[in-house]
Amino acid sequence: MYDPTVARLTYRALLGRRRAAILFVLPVLLVAIAVAVRAFAGADDQVASGVLGGFAIATMVPLIGVIAGTGAIGPEIDDGSIVYLLAKPVKRPTIIFTKLIVAVGVTMLFSALPTLIAGLVLNGNGGQIAVAYTIAALVASIAYSALFLLLGTVSRHAVVFGLVYALVWEALFGSLVPGARTLSVQQWSLSVAEKVAGDGLVTSDVGLPLATVLLAGVTVVATWYAGQKLRALKLAGEE
Amino acid sequence: MTTIEIDHTSRWFGNVVAVNDVSMSVGPGVTGLLGPNGAGKSTLINMMAGFLAPSTGKVTLDGTQIWRNESVYKAIGIVPEREGMYDFLTGREFVVANAELHGLGDAAAAKALATVEMEYAQDRKISTYSKGMRQRVKMASALVHDPSVLLLDEPFNGMDPRQRMQLMDLLRRMGAEGRTVLFSSHILEEVEQLASHIEVIVAGRHAASGDFRKIRRLMTDRPHRYLVRSSDDRALAAALIADPSTAGIEVDVTERALRIQAVDFGRFTTLLPKVARENGIRLLTVSPSDESLESVFSYLVAA
Repeated sequence: MYDPTVARLTYRALLGRRRAAILFVLPVLLVAIAVAVRAFAGADDQVASGVLGGFAIATMVPLIGVIAGTGAIGPEIDDGSIVYLLAKPVKRPTIIFTKLIVAVGVTMLFSALPTLIAGLVLNGNGGQIAVAYTIAALVASIAYSALFLLLGTVSRHAVVFGLVYALVWEALFGSLVPGARTLSVQQWSLSVAEKVAGDGLVTSDVGLPLATVLLAGVTVVATWYAGQKLRALKLAGEE
Repeated sequence: MTTIEIDHTSRWFGNVVAVNDVSMSVGPGVTGLLGPNGAGKSTLINMMAGFLAPSTGKVTLDGTQIWRNESVYKAIGIVPEREGMYDFLTGREFVVANAELHGLGDAAAAKALATVEMEYAQDRKISTYSKGMRQRVKMASALVHDPSVLLLDEPFNGMDPRQRMQLMDLLRRMGAEGRTVLFSSHILEEVEQLASHIEVIVAGRHAASGDFRKIRRLMTDRPHRYLVRSSDDRALAAALIADPSTAGIEVDVTERALRIQAVDFGRFTTLLPKVARENGIRLLTVSPSDESLESVFSYLVAA
């Protein structure tokens, strides 16, 4: 199910592109914000939760998910180089699964790790806040990667759609329309964080059992469907 | 012995028919797929390569369906026309990755790079390669698993004459070894130099198939049309019409020129200057009016 060569090509492509700069910028920004907040406001559980929930989980994790998820396959389909993977006796689901693993790894590295560092800076993991949000980031990384990898497989405008989902749906609708929160990776991952953190510091609109089912379901279905789409990928785009 | 069989295959995109009820069989040796740009050559190659499903009909490799069957790539090597090819890798890294995807190692990659004579630049990034070098590395990536079928889409595009000759030698060798080599081209001379067997595609249809010389004869023996202007059009027309190589002459008053239809190409081309000189007529314009490849091809379709 996992092909080391596909993985190597994927992460080198992912980290070698200019787009990858955002992968470094956002975590640096998060840690900088954490340092500034700690310096001016001191250690405060509510403030820490606000920064991690409002910036790390609501903005940074989905954005990094978009870049890693769509970037793991989209550019290869765009420039046609995916033909060198497809013209091989390698199962299509193996290609997708491998790319998912790479996208998940990159998203976790650039979102969960900075979240943990920022959390420790903000209040030294008081009320388990740093660990709770880190777990949320880890869980969300998996679902976002699968979702955006699928998007990269089916659409040439994956980045745009991904950004619309991440910023408009998750951030805007999620905060304005209560029903939209049920269908939000962010809320599902916060539901996991809610169990870990101290009372009332992390809240989610979705119960843990439902959130777990939805997280697992979205990841599995998106990955399976991306594999199917890749099996039927038509490369004669320029005619 | 590996044969690709295309059986009453059509492919359309929306309501555009790119390939229209084509049947052909591509066996060992070098086959040229000839046709003007936009004729459907790439669509046909993409179907043979398993990158595109036929809308109707079947495309098979020794009897097994190619579409949605990744095991065919053990036998098929593909050199795509598009340039995208992991430019951030070196040539060697690229070919090694291709070898690994076939379950092979560095030795197979080194051999393929030696075959295309790219060892000297194998440690440079692909992004620094010229068109011809990229083409050769693509070729190495297609040869790495020693395939019995090689499909090449417009492999000579953008190559200089020397690179072209090298690649032709290589493909000839592959064909002589008993591999099934199919390449597409819209340039008659390329196909003539390399392929003994050609398949002609025009406007999505299979226009001709067979020995190159036979098809070449069909192409040169067809009636040729010329537009001729001279110092004395009427005298020239009178002198030419007597010869059997000329089938018809029309005096075009608005263009102030002669429209001549010649049936014997070879004879007419020597006759025209001779007649002009003997009668003291100066030739001002001699221009073939239907020499475009498209018109040659459409003549073939009609024939």
